[in-house]
This record gives sequence, C-alpha cells and structure tokens, in this order.
Amino acid sequence: MSSAEINKNEVDIVIGALNADLTQFLNCWRPFFSGFHLIIVKDPELKEELNIPEGFDVDVYSKADMEKIVGASNATMFSGYSCRYFGYLVSKKKYIVSIDDDCVPAKDPKGVLVDAVSQHVTNLENPATPLFFNTLYDPYCEGADFVRGYPFSLRSGVPCAASCGLWLNLADLDAPTQALKTEQRNTSYVDAVMTVPLKAMLPISGINIAFNRELVGPALVPALRIAGEGKVRWETLEDVWCGMCLKHISDHLGYGVKTGLPYVWRNERGDAVESLRKKWEGMKLMEKSVPFFESLKLPETAVTVEDCVVELAKAVKEQLGSDDPAFTQAADAMVKWVQLWNSVNSSG
Amino acid sequence: MVDPANTVGIPVNPTPLLKDELDIVIPTIRNLDFLEMWRPFLQPYHLIIVQDGDPTKKIHVPEGYDYELYNRNDINRILGPKASCISFKDSACRCFGYMVSKKKYIFTIDDDCFVAKDPSGKAVNALEQHIKNLLCPSTPLFFNTLYDPYREGADFVRGYPFSLREGVTTAVSHGLWLNIPDYDAPTQLVKPKERNTRYVDAVMTIPKGTLFPMCGMNLAFDRDLIGPAMYFGLMGDGQPIGRYDDMWAGWCIKVICDHLGLGVKTGLPYIYHSKASNPFVNLKKEYKGIFWQEEIIPFFQNAKLSKEATTVQQCYIELSKMVKEKLSSLDPYFDKLADAMVTWIEAWDELNPPAAAAANSKA
Repeated sequence: MSSAEINKNEVDIVIGALNADLTQFLNCWRPFFSGFHLIIVKDPELKEELNIPEGFDVDVYSKADMEKIVGASNATMFSGYSCRYFGYLVSKKKYIVSIDDDCVPAKDPKGVLVDAVSQHVTNLENPATPLFFNTLYDPYCEGADFVRGYPFSLRSGVPCAASCGLWLNLADLDAPTQALKTEQRNTSYVDAVMTVPLKAMLPISGINIAFNRELVGPALVPALRIAGEGKVRWETLEDVWCGMCLKHISDHLGYGVKTGLPYVWRNERGDAVESLRKKWEGMKLMEKSVPFFESLKLPETAVTVEDCVVELAKAVKEQLGSDDPAFTQAADAMVKWVQLWNSVNSSG
Repeated sequence: MVDPANTVGIPVNPTPLLKDELDIVIPTIRNLDFLEMWRPFLQPYHLIIVQDGDPTKKIHVPEGYDYELYNRNDINRILGPKASCISFKDSACRCFGYMVSKKKYIFTIDDDCFVAKDPSGKAVNALEQHIKNLLCPSTPLFFNTLYDPYREGADFVRGYPFSLREGVTTAVSHGLWLNIPDYDAPTQLVKPKERNTRYVDAVMTIPKGTLFPMCGMNLAFDRDLIGPAMYFGLMGDGQPIGRYDDMWAGWCIKVICDHLGLGVKTGLPYIYHSKASNPFVNLKKEYKGIFWQEEIIPFFQNAKLSKEATTVQQCYIELSKMVKEKLSSLDPYFDKLADAMVTWIEAWDELNPPAAAAANSKA
C-alpha cells in the first residue's frame, strides 16, 4: 500500500524527543513523514530547546504543556522515553506511529528506503490472525495466502491492535547481550509480517511501533519504571512492560498484534558496558512478570480496554506488589493513566 | 518468478552432518529422478523409499544412493494385519518409513521438490538447515522478535527473560516452499497462477499452545523424541478424505510436543516445489476435511493430556481415546482413525522394542 492510499488524516506520528537536535532525524524521515501530522513530545528532563527543521506539520509538547494538561504531579509519568505516551494521550487520531529519535529509514535488500509509516499503517489496517499460525506468514499480502489446513472460519482474522517493527544495525538487545557482543549488528532483513499467536508472550519494543489508538489506546501504559531508569533503551523496561499488558489485553479482547516489517535503521547511542554498571533491575522484574502474565486471567466482565487496564493493575498490585515496589508503582500508574485518558479524551 | 537451483557441478558434501544418524524417507508412486538434482546434499545419506500404488512397478533409484525400498507387499508382509493402519494410494504411506527406520533423525521430502535458490542465487542445502534447526534449541515459551536467537548475527532481544534463554529441545523442523505454494483446493482454483517468490530468511519456534498446518513436503524430526506421534492417518484408497495426512500429524505432534516440553520450528529451509497437483482432484480429496477441520481444530486446541502421559506413545494413545470420544460423532471415520492410531502405536512398539531403542540411542 503506497502512502497515497493511506488516509494521512487518520495518523499521528508521535516522537519522543530525548535528543534536542532533531534536524537530522526529521530530515531523514522527511520523505515518509511529510503530509502527516507530527506530535513531538520533549522529555521533561531535557534542558535544551528542541531544534526542529522547517516544513513539518508539527505540534510540540514540553514539560509546561504536560503540567497544564495533566497537572504537575502526573507530569512525572512522562519522563525519559515515557514522554511519548503523552503524545498518545493528546492525539486525536485513529492510528499512532512512534519511532525513537535515534532511528532513520532503513534500506530493503533492493536498496530502496523503507517507508516505515506506510508499512505500519498497512499492518494496522489489515486483519491479524492470532488463532492459528499461517506458515506463509501474512496471508493478506501480495503473493501470499492462507495455506492448506488453515480453517476457513478463521480466515477473516481479527482487528489488528498493534504493529511491532524491527531494527537493522543496532538491534534492541539488552545491555549484557550488547556488551558481550560489542560488534554485533543486525544485518538480517526478514521479509515478513506475522501475527503473534494468542497467549504467546513477547517483548514489545517501543523503538519502532504503531497501534490503533481508537481500539487500544489506553492499553499502552507508561507504568513500569525501574530504579535508575536512564536515557538509553538499555536502561529502561517501560515499553516491555507496556507490551506485555497490551498483548494480554489484546488477547482478552480478541485483537491481534503483528510483528516483523517494517525495519528502521537504528544508530549508535550510549555504551552498553557503561549501562551494565548500573544495577540492572530489569532482569529481576521480567522474571517475576512472566509467570504472572502466563497465569493471569482477566474477568469476563472486563469488556473495555479501560476495564482491562484497571483489572490488570489490580492483579499486579495483589500478586506482584509484595515482590517489588516497582510493581506497586506500576499498578498505581496504570490506574492513574486510565483516569487521565478518560479526562483528557472526554474534554475533547 | 523463481527457478530451482542448478546443482550441476556442486560437489557432494564432504562433511555431511549426522550421516549415520539420519534417514531420508521418500514416498513415491512414479519415479525418483528428482534425486539427481539433490545429489550434492543427499547422496551421503541412507534413503527409505516407500513405494505407493502398484507394487509390481519398478521404481528406478539414481545410481550412487544407498537405499531400502518398501512396496505394499512389503508393508503387508512386515506388519501383517496391522498394515491396515498404513494408507494406500496416498503419500501418507510415508509414515511406514518412519516406523521401520532405525535412525535418530528423519528428513522427509516429496518427489516433486527440487533444490531452491536463496536470494543470492546459491543452492539451498535444505537438509543441512533442517539438521541445524533440530540440533539447536527451540523457544516456545516466549516469542523472540528477532526470530531464531541462536542464529549467527541474532540474539534474544531486550526484555526476553533470562531464565528462558536456554530453550527446549527441538523435535520438529518444518520447512517451506518456493514456487508452487501449499494451498488448499479452493485457493488453488481461485489463484491458479500464484507462486511463492518470497524468501523469508528466518527460522522461528511456534509458540506453545499454538497449532499450525504442518506440511509433509519438506519436514524433519527427531524420531526418538516424537516419532511415534508422526502417524499420517488413514487417507486415500477406501477413505473419505485425502490431503489431510500431514495436517493430522501436525496437530497431534504439536499437542504432544507442547505437553512434553519439546519445540517445533518453522521457516527455513526452502525447497522448490515444482508440481501443482490438480485442484479438482484435490477438492474431491479435501472436501470433507474443509468442513471437518472446523471441529477438529477446537478439539486439538482443547485437548489436555494427563500428567501421567510421559512418553510419546502414552500421549498418543490418550489422544486416540479423545478422538474416539469426541470426534466419532462428527463422522464414523474418526472411530476408525482412533483405532488406527492405536494399531500404529502397537506396530511401532513391535518394530521398535525398547531394548533395541536403547541400543540405537547409544549408537
């Protein structure tokens, strides 16, 4: 689907600015961002003024805006990488595409620059197929279909809630892995989009992601902050936690989550070894999260996304709260997030 | 459009992995000319050829291949009354080859499958890739977004739990096909010209609890770990259904692998599938299956094996009881199939007594 076929009015591109100078980033993305409305949210802890080149239809939000809209105490929810969630909150569009500010367009194996925005929207507009695995991956794309043995009743699929893209060059590895393999770069372009099956858990990365805001907006929760959370992805887990919640809620409500294309090209930032020096809380928290999500069953009565988030928060508090204060804080943040979502979005 | 690889001039693999531990099972009714093209990659291995159809027909095996060949007379002679569980006039008969093999690993391939080319034009050694897949762990408990984490250049992504990074043993490696895709008859009728030209350069584990349509055209598995569950059912002559042999096996093995903590992979390697079967013939064979699979899938999705089922055979017998109980009402065929599943296990155990199995696994 070319960008000409996409209704640009349905999409907001939300960028969390952890870097002040967005000139290179935006100029690289210009061919694919132009015509779209951009929401740029500045990390409230970033002191310098943002440098944004001309020619974009953009709204910029900074700490002052956050404090005005959600109040000073709630603005802390949006620090660091979580600043982009503020953009999700204030957007009025159906689809959100969100890319980290250290990524530029990737090239496909033919050398053509990848229009990540188009691919994400295509993924979101086509059904997902979580109930049965199609061995030819995306059955709706050109040149493919459902294979022999795929039940016909499942071929119309379910609505797609999220599209998780991938990264060439610097893949989204954790600090220990990247520190061990300092030279490793991802050069493998896997030409497929697929639906992550029902009940399968996965680590959703916030680096290159898109979602149907109308369908699941409140489920993208800025909740889990690890102690000493930093300004490089190796020092965060907020997106992984958000993704676990999103997947579980999508499974519960009968929506799908896709993974695969599009790729972006991720540049160097930070030092994995340096990040290792910080006490890596993330590992412990993930270990505890897995059995929790595996056995979690949301009640049948939770039929809206907001209900699901609230129920999930309750369960987190009850079952994980005593394990680590980070979980209690996450649960509280999730409840607060739903309140904010409702108040910001009802006031129009 | 894609073409098969030209393998002329490629030397026979001087270091064939698992040469003495793997059998290649090929069902055939016509000829084995396709093996000429596979020589560089397959010649070092032992073949088990299961000849379907007219047993008086002489099947020519290209020079240089070491093989054993079984026709219907052999199957009847070896299994006696239990031969009733082996399909006739259907490639499902291939599972007889799994049963008589004495090796740890099986690679099975159809006789219309040639060597594929990767995007760089290089001939794909499908067997080598299957072996890599089988020797390397699977990760069914948590999905890795970079697919196979053990592959050169890849790894587990941020957020992947460390306690799950050792993975589990791989039981099955399911390969794919370029050119003629494995579509069902209705899809073939609607899209007769569609060809699969997309080379997806990934191997991935199918998550626990997820079912998939397993195609028997390009498949490898650990016979010791899952062999008894690889029964390809009652198809073909005298049966109300065809082209669901591999599907049936796939649903059974996935339920059992999930129960026993084994992994199933899909993706690479690709082979080049050259022949499109007649969609009208296929429709007649598949027709009932299209309706039945609507019931069969929920059956397998909800199948729960008991804690006491700790061997593949025990799991399979339990599954056969569930088939009899829950699917017989769908059609009396399932009653027969459930019985055949039991016969299969009895035949398997007869041909593969535990003492011999222990000796084999030590070899």
